[in-house]
Amino acid sequence: MKTIRIVFFKEITDNFRDRRTLLTALLMGPLFGPILFAFVINLSVNQSLSNENEALDLPVIGHEHAPNLIAYLQSSNINIIDGPATREAAIEAVTNGEHDVVIVIPDTFAQDLSELIPATVEVITDQANTQAERETRRARRALQAYNQELAALRLTIRGVSPQVMRPLNIDEVDVSTPSGRSAMLLGMLSYFFIFALLTGGMNLAIDATAGERERGSLEPLLCLPVKRDHLIFGKIFAACLFMAISLSLSLTCFYFTLKFMPLVELGMTPNFGPLVVLTAFLLLVPFALVGASLMTMVASFTKSFKEAQTWVSVVLLAPTLPILIVSILMVRPSTALMFIPSLSQHLLLVGLIRNEPVNTLHVVVSVGGTLIIGAFLTWVCARLYRREGLLG
Amino acid sequence: MIRVSGLHKSFGEVHALRGVSFEAKNGRVTGLLGPNGAGKSTTLRILYTVLKPDSGTATIDGVDVVGDALAARSRIGTLPHGSGLYPHLTARENIAYYAMLYDMSPEIIDERVQTVIDQLDINDFADRRTKGFSQGQRTKVSLARSLVHEPQNIILDEPSNGLDVMATRSLRELIRQLKAAGRCVLFSSHVMQEVAALCDEIVIIAQGKVAMHDSPDGIRNATGCTDLEEAFVKAILTVEPAE
Repeated sequence: MKTIRIVFFKEITDNFRDRRTLLTALLMGPLFGPILFAFVINLSVNQSLSNENEALDLPVIGHEHAPNLIAYLQSSNINIIDGPATREAAIEAVTNGEHDVVIVIPDTFAQDLSELIPATVEVITDQANTQAERETRRARRALQAYNQELAALRLTIRGVSPQVMRPLNIDEVDVSTPSGRSAMLLGMLSYFFIFALLTGGMNLAIDATAGERERGSLEPLLCLPVKRDHLIFGKIFAACLFMAISLSLSLTCFYFTLKFMPLVELGMTPNFGPLVVLTAFLLLVPFALVGASLMTMVASFTKSFKEAQTWVSVVLLAPTLPILIVSILMVRPSTALMFIPSLSQHLLLVGLIRNEPVNTLHVVVSVGGTLIIGAFLTWVCARLYRREGLLG
Repeated sequence: MIRVSGLHKSFGEVHALRGVSFEAKNGRVTGLLGPNGAGKSTTLRILYTVLKPDSGTATIDGVDVVGDALAARSRIGTLPHGSGLYPHLTARENIAYYAMLYDMSPEIIDERVQTVIDQLDINDFADRRTKGFSQGQRTKVSLARSLVHEPQNIILDEPSNGLDVMATRSLRELIRQLKAAGRCVLFSSHVMQEVAALCDEIVIIAQGKVAMHDSPDGIRNATGCTDLEEAFVKAILTVEPAE
């Protein structure tokens, strides 16, 4: 125990003085997630929110042929502007992105309408242009509404109730809660947190074998009258501490980032208060042992610090795999899944953010299972540390 | 006291040691001399227990290095080849870290660390972080680190590698002090002059075997060469090459 403690405190002192470790553990890891997230959310919020309320500038060719339609469009928050002179010019303007959508009203419009022939209205758009999609949808929705209103009017004139046209009344009831809706978005958070956690201990895990070997400090260390198991335990625990620090920083950082994000405008109330942050920390932190031992294990097979960094980066990506598969298959949390590290943390975190009641059994299996796997991997590391080949 | 008998060690196809036996006594400096790849480092690594012999035994003060590796390790101070320090710790912290791992009681650690710092004359840079230390400074700190627990047996693997004249001189002085204090000093080298200047006994190793084990004068007499270097060349030629 004493050896473990001595090694642990030495690693802490050593790494708190190492700029590289500090940079990755305390800055890059924790900030990467929240910054990326804030950026993406802000972008999508701005995209989807601002334009709905703003008037849409819609170029219309031949608007003099349909004064009623134009009046209707104007009443639904659409600014009619002068478009290109001809239909051909309009197609060209849409093709090269000058306009997102152009409406063409042919000169036969009024006549067709009065003779009850379906009157053509052309919507020129580029379907491959995803940016134009929303504007096109708004234009088409307005046209369709006008179409229905006109149809209803015609039926009423002929003494038929417009209800005839609506045999079905389709009513969608959305039961999602604001925090449930945000869970979809915040679901990807769990990976950011696991990423932050792993980066926090990365340098320490590599240093335990590859780093010490490269520096030439491994051989004298192994000549000391201490058990090698205790050396590696001390190092793995130190890596765990750095991971925990990195995780808590990441969570705290996220807590503050969310406060400044316009999620409420998206109809989401993120369930991410101080208590949730604390619970999330407790749910995620057991993964540190798995991460630290796995990285140490991978690093012990490599020849140099550089090579170790390459392979350990693969470990950074490994936890995404179960999360990804489960997100695609839309699997519901089950007790069996709680045995899988990283996945169980992800599912519990999503549940937590959804504000669902905590399933005690799931938590116990997740924490217990993760710790058992972590302990096993740590044992494997200790075995590897006993090899003669360790010195390279 | 270090005793080695009939050591064999192979790495895959390479038969690195083919029956190495010798003894290094207390109060004497024993030099392990041999060309590159002769098996010097492998022998020393078995002695400080990072390698296990395929057969044969090695004891330190009578403690078997395989049977009771921990007890054997606590009786030696080692300077492995290319010893490295922790760059973010000061020289003093590097030494104190080892003192703690040697399980010395906390009350005496500070005092002992200061003693070895004085002994190796490294006060000038004792409280600087070791990042950027010269090879000579690093070797001195590594040596201080391995002597902090006052080991009876000292094993040094090519200690003078990369040292300048002044550093080499102070290393020799230190080895003489350790000898005078009745310690058993075993070191490897491929530099003839160094071995000649220091050693009471020389063990010449070639091709994984002991070619000769005698005092410097004994070796001169046995080979009939007055020049030790000539004697060395003659001695290593007596070993038949590995099959």
